[in-house]
This record gives sequence, C-alpha cells and structure tokens, in this order.
Amino acid sequence: MDFIIILQAGVATGTVLLFATIGEIFSERAGVLNLGVEGMMLIGAMSAFSTTIATGNPWLGVLAAMFFAGLISQVHAFITITLQADQVVSGLALTFLGTGISLVLGEGLSKAGTVSLLPNFSIPLLSQIPLLGPIFFARQSILVYIGYLMIPLAWYYINRTRPGLHLRAVGEYPSAADALGINVFRMRYAYVFVGGTLAGLAGATISLAVAPGWFSELTTAGQGWIAIGLVIFAQWDPVRAAVGSYAFGALRRLILDIQGPTVLFGMANPFYYNPYWGFFLQMLPYAFTVIVLVIGSREAIRKRLGAPAALGTPYVRGERGL
Amino acid sequence: MTETSSPQTGPRTGSFRIKLEPRLEEPPRWYPLVVSLAAILVALFFGGILIAFAGGDPFRSYAHIARASFGNIGVLSDTLVKATPILMTSLACSIAFRMKLWNIGAEGQFIMGAFGASAVVLAPIVPADTSPWIFIPVMIVAGMLMGALWGWIPGILKARFNVNEIISTLMLNYISISWINFWIFGVWSEGGFQMSPRFPDNAWLPRLLDYADSIPILRGLTTHAGLLLGIAAAFVLWLLIYRSRWGYEIRLIGDNPNAARYAGINISRNTILVMMVSGALAGLGGMSEITGVVHRLQTSPIAAGYGFTGIIVAWLSKLHPGVIIVVSVLFGALILAGREIQPSGVPKMIQGIILVCLIASDFLLRYRIRIVRAGSEE
Repeated sequence: MDFIIILQAGVATGTVLLFATIGEIFSERAGVLNLGVEGMMLIGAMSAFSTTIATGNPWLGVLAAMFFAGLISQVHAFITITLQADQVVSGLALTFLGTGISLVLGEGLSKAGTVSLLPNFSIPLLSQIPLLGPIFFARQSILVYIGYLMIPLAWYYINRTRPGLHLRAVGEYPSAADALGINVFRMRYAYVFVGGTLAGLAGATISLAVAPGWFSELTTAGQGWIAIGLVIFAQWDPVRAAVGSYAFGALRRLILDIQGPTVLFGMANPFYYNPYWGFFLQMLPYAFTVIVLVIGSREAIRKRLGAPAALGTPYVRGERGL
Repeated sequence: MTETSSPQTGPRTGSFRIKLEPRLEEPPRWYPLVVSLAAILVALFFGGILIAFAGGDPFRSYAHIARASFGNIGVLSDTLVKATPILMTSLACSIAFRMKLWNIGAEGQFIMGAFGASAVVLAPIVPADTSPWIFIPVMIVAGMLMGALWGWIPGILKARFNVNEIISTLMLNYISISWINFWIFGVWSEGGFQMSPRFPDNAWLPRLLDYADSIPILRGLTTHAGLLLGIAAAFVLWLLIYRSRWGYEIRLIGDNPNAARYAGINISRNTILVMMVSGALAGLGGMSEITGVVHRLQTSPIAAGYGFTGIIVAWLSKLHPGVIIVVSVLFGALILAGREIQPSGVPKMIQGIILVCLIASDFLLRYRIRIVRAGSEE
C-alpha cells in the first residue's frame, strides 16, 4: 500500500463531498435546509454522463449536471419558500424525486460504454513540493483544482463581501433583512439554486472523473447524506468543510485499498483472507459521519455556535419573531 | 406555523385578482381527503409526462399497474403480501413523525428486525424442531428487540448529544446493510452463496395456502399472518396515540415542544422511547417479511426500500394508523406491478412525485385561494 497514492485518490474522492457540502452551506446560510442533496447529486451524475455520451464533450456534461440539478432544487425552493411547507419533508421528497427520475432517465446508461473524461494534469513547480505536491497537485482532475479555488472563494464571499453579508442576514434574521430592502424570497430561491448546481457538480465529479460511469443509486452511495452531516461538523464554514471532505475522501479510498494486499503491517491481512470482514470497513464512513456529528454538535454547544438562526423556518412577511 | 400571518395578495390577472388568505377555521372533514386525491392525480399526470419522455407509454403503464395488482384474487393476495411490510414501516414512521422526530431509519430497523428473527433460527437461539407456537413468538420478540436497539441508538444520540436524527438514522441504514452482508456472505452463507440456509417449516408464518386442503379457493395464495400482525399493531398504535396519556404527551411534544416542556414532560426520555417503539414496529415488519415471505436471510428482498416507502405512506395518511392500512395496500399494488414495468425506476419516481405533490397540496389546507373581481373588495 502506497499512502501517497491513497491520499492522492482520497483528495479526488473528497472533491465530490467538497462541492456538495459547500453547496449545502450556501443553501443553509440562507435559511433553507435542503435534504435533497443525494437526489440532486444523482440527477447531476446521470445528466453529466448521458450528455457526455450524446455530445462527446464532458464540459457540456458538467454544465448539464449543474443546470438540471439546479432546476430540480427549485422544486424544493417553491415548496418551502412560496408554499411554506416543512423543509425536512420536502427535502426527503426531493431525494425520492431525484433518485426516481435519474433511475428512469438513466435506464440503460450503465451499459452505454465509456465516455471522454475531463482532463487530468499536474501543476508544474507545485507538484515538486515534497509530500504535499504529489498528493494535491499531481495528475489530478481539473475539477479537483476547481475545488481548491472554491474553498477560499466561498469563504471570502460569505464572510467578506456585501452579498455574503446579505446572505447571512437572510439566514439569521430575515425580517430585519427584509426591512433593509433585501428581497428575502428571491435570495432564498437563488441560494437554493446555487446549492443545487453545486450538488450537480458533485454528481458530475463522480460520473465524469472519480468513478466514471452510471451505477444507478450506487453512483452516490449515500455521499449526499454524508455531505449534510459534514455541514454540521463544518459549522457552516467552507474551510472546515474542506478539511472534513478530504478526510472522508481519504477514508473511502483507504477502505477500498486496504483489502488488496496479502500482508498488512507485517501480518497476514485479515481483510484479504476473510473478504467478508471487509463489510465492517464499509460501515466506517457512515459510522464516522455519526461520530463527526457528535463532535460537531458538542462543539457547537460549547462555543455557543449554532445553525443559522432562521434555518428550517419559512419566512412570512408580517409574522412576529424571526 | 403560519396561521397567524396577514393576508397576502397575488398578481393581478386581468380584471380578476387571486387572493390568498390563511384559513382561520378548520376545513370540513372531507376537504383534506379531496386535496390528497387531487394531489395524487396531479402526480400521476406529471409521472405520465416523464414516462413518455423516457420512451414509455404512460396509459399502458398505469393500466398495467391496476391490472397486475387488483385484477384477480391471486394478484390481490400478492398485493397484500407487498402491503404488509409497508404497513409496519409506515406505522413505525408515523409514531416518530407525530413527535416531529424524523426517523428515516425504518429501512435499517426493518433490516435489523429481519436479522434478529434470523438469528433465532441460525444462531440458533431455539432448536430447529421447536413448536411454531414457541418459535414464532420468540422470533417476534427478537425482531422487535433488534429494531428497538436500532432506534435506541439515534434516540440516545439525539437526547444526549443533540445529534440530528435524520442523518444518524440514515447512516444506520447503510451500516445495517453491511452488517447483514457480513453474516450472509460469511458466517451463515449457504455453500458460498450470498444467502443463509432456508428456515425450517415451523419457523414460517402461516399462509393462506396452508389451508388449501380444507378451503380449495385458497390454493396458491401467499398472504401470510404478518398482515394480521400489522393490523393488530395499527390498532394498538391507534389506542396508544389517541387514547392514552403517553400518546397525548407525544402529540403535545410534536405540536408544541415548549408547552410540553413547561407542562413538565420529559422530552429526552420520550425521544428515546418513541425511537425505540418506532424501531420495534419496523423490526416487526422485518421479522414478518423474513418469516412470511423470504424464509431465509438475503440482502436484496429485505433491503428493498420498504422503509422509505413507509415514510411516504405515513405522510400520505396524515399519520393516522387506520388510514395507513388502506394506503399501504395501494402502495403495495404500485410496488408489485412496478416490478414488471419498464423502465424499472418508474415506481420509485412515481412515489417521489406523489410525495412532492402531497407536500405542495398541504398549502391548500392552510390557505384558501379566492378569485375576486378587481375593485370590489371582499
């Protein structure tokens, strides 16, 4: 086992979670909890793959993924913002809807063959840095580099710009934001759309770069839900989201690779000789998500940090309270 | 929620205006039913468009669903077989949702219930030649205990550490699938196949066809006693929710947690208890499915998404146990017929669209839409 290679692949795998988590951070910062990430990611992965097969151009695939996932996120926006329905139930419904639609429209795609993928390349100079260079900057997909750029940009946008200030205001105190002339409804629609496009991008990252292909529901295998867990762990901060995403990506890779060699740490590898012990390894990402939630929730209580104050509540003009 | 908001005015359309007003009085009893049925019709319409878009014929698909699920007594019996696990998982969801606990883990609790029942046979906890009068009650208890355990974990995490139960229950779903895979690929594998050995006959729930010798019309009907267990569970749950003090506490916490806290109701304790009851009901479903239908531990027929369908059915039934029985049968029909429909994702997609339309239609219960002539106020 070469740990450099595992970490390198882990960063690529983690990029999927990174996009989905940052997308959900935008949506939740605006006060809309969207539990439909898994469904939107599947829509993204399916439309990216099928568009690329049809056109031969993976960039069109990425655009289609972002557009269609953004489009379906607006169903959730309409139900929760305009119709003021419960965000939890609507998000679950969006997961069912996205999963169902992508299964129907993705029928037969799994046998559709291979597609031209997005380019992989190394960054000169940076890839020469010992240890970090080969992990982060060698032979990575272009989407991984886009992910690196997105972390500081998202942080700067949320914390240091005027539109970012409006975004936080809408999520923390919508009636005050409304009184200052910010259109709360339009802002919430917009950021749910942003969350949708980023979930779509995460889906495209799977089907066009990390694990190319369409494997129905197994394409995402619950990563959309892990992303929602990571948002809580990240305390709605893109930089912490990145740390969590890459750690989970590396864990996923490690689980795949640990079952290969016959000798592990100088001992006979139990996972090689008894392959069914590997099912315990497969539980790990999900168990860690729960552990990470415990840590995130405890820390939030201790530091008196919390979710955006208006998260999960519809905004109704003229109603008292938040 | 939004009942106290001021009237909102919609866009002007010609000389008429659409006006939205919050409903102040309770709508008549038939009104929610009509709205729900309308929502389902709208959902089938949208689903038809998507089926046509994917290259199918929506009318033939829907006609096929109706014929393949209610066409004769044989398929009707198969529909009831499919409805049984959905009935139990939606009962499980309904008690948790009543308290606004979003237990999305009925799927995992169902799987663990099936595991618990299997362990009785395969471990073995009781010898293989035990009388069914002992065997089946032991399996019921084991299934419900494993389900309750799988509900206790997210319950205590929520009560102690304020961990979001939606995510923890979902993660436990994935963990439960790996857990039973470990047993059927390894420990209990039958000759290297990915399934356990078949259960002995005395560990099977009785089926209608068992009585075909005396009543010939029952020949080939696979409806099993799990349906009776489910209906009994629905009745007990109805008593619990609507006729007991504890049920009142649960409903109060769900409707107004602050009022419940001031009334001295222990919310942490109820969180854990409700999650355990919810898990036990789903576990009973897993037990009934494995002893009534599958008769061996195997992943694909057990982890078939009944827990997720249960969420939709519970919501569609407005969490009422009696309505859940009826709606479960309809969804059993959808799933049964859906197995033969191409493309294969259609039933899942229709479930999703139905849920979306239902949630959207709730708006009509909270607001009334009035079209008024411009200029004539009220």
